[in-house]
Amino acid sequence: MSAKTTQKLDEVTIRFAGDSGDGMQLTGTQFTNTTALLGNDLSTLPDYPAEIRAPQGTLFGVSGFQIHFGSREIHTPGDQCDVLVAMNAAALKVNLGSLVDGGAIIANTEGFNDKNLKLAGYTANPLKDRSLGKYQVYEVDISKLTALALQDMNLSSKIVDRSKNFFALGMMYWMYDRPVDSTLEWIQKKFANKPEIMEANTRVLKAGWNYGETTEIFTVRYLVGPAKLAPGKYRNITGNEATAWGLMAAARKANLDLFLGSYPITPASDILHELSIYKHFGVKTFQAEDEIAGVTSALGASFGGALGVTTTSGPGIALKTEALGLATMVELPLVVCNIQRGGPSTGLPTKTEQADLLQALYGRNGEAPIPVLAASTPADCFETVFEACRIAIKFMTPVIFLSDGYLGNGSEPWLIPDYDKMPDISPTFRTNPEGFLPYLRDEVTLSRPWAIPGTAGLEHRIGGLEKQHLTGNVSYDPQNHEMMIKLRADKVERIANDIPLAQVDGDAEGALIVAGWGSTYGAIRSAVSRIRDTGKKVSHVHLRYLNPLPKNLGEILYKFKNVLVPEINMGQLSKLLRAKYLVPTISLNKVQGLPFKAMEIENKIEEILKGSS
Amino acid sequence: MSTLVEEAIRANLAPEGKLTAKDFQSDQDVRWCPGCGDYSILAQTQRIMPDLGIPRHTMVFVSGIGCSSRFPYYMNMYGIHGIHGRATAIASGLKMARPDLSVWVVTGDGDGLSIGGNHLIHLLRRNLDIKVLLFNNQIYGLTKGQYSPTSETGKITKSTPYGSIDYPFNPASLALGSSATFVARTMDRDPKHMQTVLKRAAGHQGTSFVEIYQNCNVFNDGAFFPFTEKDSKEDNVVFLEHGKPLIFGKEKDKGIRLNGFTPEVVSLKDGKYSADDLLVHNEHDTTLSFILADMTYKPNLPRPIGIFLALTRPCYEREMQHQIQAAKEKRGDGDMKKLLNSGETWVIN
Repeated sequence: MSAKTTQKLDEVTIRFAGDSGDGMQLTGTQFTNTTALLGNDLSTLPDYPAEIRAPQGTLFGVSGFQIHFGSREIHTPGDQCDVLVAMNAAALKVNLGSLVDGGAIIANTEGFNDKNLKLAGYTANPLKDRSLGKYQVYEVDISKLTALALQDMNLSSKIVDRSKNFFALGMMYWMYDRPVDSTLEWIQKKFANKPEIMEANTRVLKAGWNYGETTEIFTVRYLVGPAKLAPGKYRNITGNEATAWGLMAAARKANLDLFLGSYPITPASDILHELSIYKHFGVKTFQAEDEIAGVTSALGASFGGALGVTTTSGPGIALKTEALGLATMVELPLVVCNIQRGGPSTGLPTKTEQADLLQALYGRNGEAPIPVLAASTPADCFETVFEACRIAIKFMTPVIFLSDGYLGNGSEPWLIPDYDKMPDISPTFRTNPEGFLPYLRDEVTLSRPWAIPGTAGLEHRIGGLEKQHLTGNVSYDPQNHEMMIKLRADKVERIANDIPLAQVDGDAEGALIVAGWGSTYGAIRSAVSRIRDTGKKVSHVHLRYLNPLPKNLGEILYKFKNVLVPEINMGQLSKLLRAKYLVPTISLNKVQGLPFKAMEIENKIEEILKGSS
Repeated sequence: MSTLVEEAIRANLAPEGKLTAKDFQSDQDVRWCPGCGDYSILAQTQRIMPDLGIPRHTMVFVSGIGCSSRFPYYMNMYGIHGIHGRATAIASGLKMARPDLSVWVVTGDGDGLSIGGNHLIHLLRRNLDIKVLLFNNQIYGLTKGQYSPTSETGKITKSTPYGSIDYPFNPASLALGSSATFVARTMDRDPKHMQTVLKRAAGHQGTSFVEIYQNCNVFNDGAFFPFTEKDSKEDNVVFLEHGKPLIFGKEKDKGIRLNGFTPEVVSLKDGKYSADDLLVHNEHDTTLSFILADMTYKPNLPRPIGIFLALTRPCYEREMQHQIQAAKEKRGDGDMKKLLNSGETWVIN
């Protein structure tokens, strides 16, 4: 055996890249799960094309999965990767820009044959022409080595080719000192009914690991110790899983049946898939004929006393808009999950964006205020959607929960919450006919009674026409209309009394505060912490509640000379803060279908601090 | 059903006693135009209600937008007046969440066949136990007189001053094509027939689709008079009755016979054909239902009125319930705490 040295690292970012049929998402997910089990903190970024099987070898068919893990706190998937696993020439070309200078490229040489080079637009083989001089290039004929490992199995070339991602995974496991056990277990479960494929993948994974161990190509092995996370029991979770589980937990804690009306749409469909598994929890999932039926069926279910939920992405919200107005008018609980993606129109279905904030806040006809909450990390989706359900039930209102493709598909270790300590959020159905009026409001919350069909003596009619105060009868009276509009707005405003105040991370006053919302949390947090490492002061406030905003937000912002608002849109929160608090915010906008790099925010902070000192 | 829902619906249970049509009238003033066919439909619906044996507080009327969609406000029971075209989708969610309720949808030719066409066809194929009453007046009434998806080609309206070039839907054929299990047609000006059909619709387990010819005396007066008025009705309408030959005419002297797959009118007077030669209606025959519904716009054939098809097929919401039940039996009642702690986890001390 050749001499191998080991080297300790605090953090590493690896990007697996290949054809969309090469199984890069699977490879990344397996590496992530194993890494999570070792106690590293981590953050992931799946990045895949909208086409399911784009033509092989092309630039637009490249699928990537980036994981950033370490022995310290990790908040982003990494600005740049340290290692790029490129299964073909196109994968190299698309991803080379995100590789750090001096970084490692592990290239599958078979993927750099003449055909692949041509498809990727290379006139010469970059592995041979010295153009990659500033990187460490490891050439491995993964395809051939995979075939060799399987040569006595008499498998079709298609199956052999499909196994090669496990070779890459095995090599990376060796290189970063991770055991193959959990992936082997997964292979056994996943392919229980396909023994040939099970055997093939098992062999290839081990072959990849052994290749790292025995060949002389790799001389260094890297050790990344466990992170110092808060004590407790952890699991790895994606934002969409966390959203599904948060909805289930909310229904349980509300003593209500969960009803999901949903139409498949990227990147929200995984919530529908996940919830469809839990029939034994009594979860009812309904794949509706369209987005409108998704939301209206959910509203019908809420009328019947269920927790009605609909999940979608931006274009779906556009279609549900009229129903959101109806839900506002009939004042029933309804939770609407928007897993945002690049827009407008069909836009960038598989890429992330935060550009639906103003749509969530204002995108309806008439005066139709709706509470809006946004999750900040994949795991935070659980608590935030639970909170959305709590508000919907308590205030008898539709609530919009915002996540995005980055959070939905991204994952991180999650300190599993103590379910017993989560609050009871049960509603009280009205049953007493005495003095019952469908729009008689609670004095504190201004919410109307929830009286469900089947309750004798409370028969009543609701609908989208303006309601007469108290009776809920149809009313065209001008004074009544204005009063009802104000009552509905006041009800939503009063939610501010029911939510926590905004917390500032850092000093309560100073030269600069970064105000963010949603999935920019990780990048802002990393940027702020790097700036602080240089001895400068900068604060951060991150908003979960976008409507109503926390009551103390104005006071917080007024105490800073500069308010920086980084957003994956053209400045929507920024506009809101300017309108509401008359503060001259500074926008940092990016709309490339990608999350912020911490560096981008860090540079902007530096620039502002320089200018204002 | 959650325990909270169970508690709520048990809360005020008391024997209702024998109800009358009046008990189903709400305290709201009915605001349709004087002479509108909707009045008759409302009256017949309220009249049959006491005989259905369904507790009033477990019934829900759901509607969309249009003249017909004001209906729930006039029924003394639970109701939702929804948004345009979506009543069927709202009702579907309600029925899935609460299979114990008796859910009715009131819609029109615009609401149900134009803006809400998609939800209607999907409800019909899924076969939830929901009763759909589609008031067909072949015109947009609430928006003051534009042509509808059932208006005849060439119709001159405010939006078609040169005549409509649309070909109309035949609602019964559309419903059958959507794999509906109960498809019927009745008329506002035939109260007895309507009551019979409504009762059958109420008793059907699955989606009942009832097209009701309804006269809009303001924007489309007399659209159905050939079929509804005394002097013309008997020669222009053939009433479908299960197990009986298709005979019509003032003198009961005409019948429908199948020539190949094509229905044709034959005379029973000249001795050439007798009732034995005629088509005999069978509500359970899907193929026949298509042939009968297809007679609708044929100029030389009488208009078929009655129940085209009545089949039994599992209801969606019950299948959903069965899956949940089966999953609970197999995997045990879901435990959230266990789920959160399941799979691959690790502990940090």
